[in-house]
Amino acid sequence: MSLAAAASQGFLSPSGVEIAFVLVGIATLGAAVVSVTTKQLVHAALWLVVALGGLAVEYLLLTAEFIAWVQVLIYVGSVVVLLLFGLMLTKAPIGRSPDADSGNRWAALAVAVAAAATLVTVVIDAFRSTWLDLDGAVQGSAEVTGISLFRHWVLPFEALSVLLLAALVGAIVLSRINRGRER
Amino acid sequence: MHLVYPAVLAALLFCVGLYGVLARRNSILVLMSVELMLNAVNLNLVAFDVWLRDALHGGQALTLFTITIAAAEIGIGLSIVLLVFRNRGTADVDRLTDLVDSLAHGTDNASDDGRDTVRNADGKAAA
Repeated sequence: MSLAAAASQGFLSPSGVEIAFVLVGIATLGAAVVSVTTKQLVHAALWLVVALGGLAVEYLLLTAEFIAWVQVLIYVGSVVVLLLFGLMLTKAPIGRSPDADSGNRWAALAVAVAAAATLVTVVIDAFRSTWLDLDGAVQGSAEVTGISLFRHWVLPFEALSVLLLAALVGAIVLSRINRGRER
Repeated sequence: MHLVYPAVLAALLFCVGLYGVLARRNSILVLMSVELMLNAVNLNLVAFDVWLRDALHGGQALTLFTITIAAAEIGIGLSIVLLVFRNRGTADVDRLTDLVDSLAHGTDNASDDGRDTVRNADGKAAA
């Protein structure tokens, strides 16, 4: 659908970056779809790795280099490992589990398709004639991001570290309450 | 690059995550789908930051903040899910029906679920 929009604007030939973006995007989307539809719970987490890694490549193609490596480090490195730990600790069955999807799957599918149709229509209509300029000054190298982060965004950054500490303490407290009660 | 490519990809990823949140039964898979939705928003933020060439790099800074908050959210969410699993013996969102309105929902299922829960709690206490 995005190809049709580009063609209707008389955009002659897609550039190499666009072709790469579309190919990686198809792979990412496919991995995401498999991740939310597969019956094997552990495979869902592993397909999520593919989807998140594909998104990191998309960030690289959008010249957001630092974000891409943060994505690889935090999402692929720690969030998926946490999810796998969660699956193991809740005794997720290895192999196919027929009740992975709940009964309202078709309603969910209808809602998702309706939302996708609406969003894609609106987005294509809104940004039909907008092009990104990827050849200018670098937007997302570690140097540029670091300078802007510590020059203009210091206060939110520090507040975020407090939030992370609160989340850490909260997770510890949640894990300990039950043990205290059992004694 | 045409801005439509990242915007459409983000919209589609968001809807895939939406489907996962609504259709999955295991709560950890629901958390995974929430991560997909957050990532779609991140892609949008990065794309619009590159498009607008913001002097403050607001989009990329916000993306970093979103990634951090998502990490905190997944930590807290998983510890809550583990707590529920320890107390109830299940992590299926369909079976956590303690707050269901039993009159409107039919009394059979609700009483069964209630007995299940009580039995699990007793077993846990006895052990």
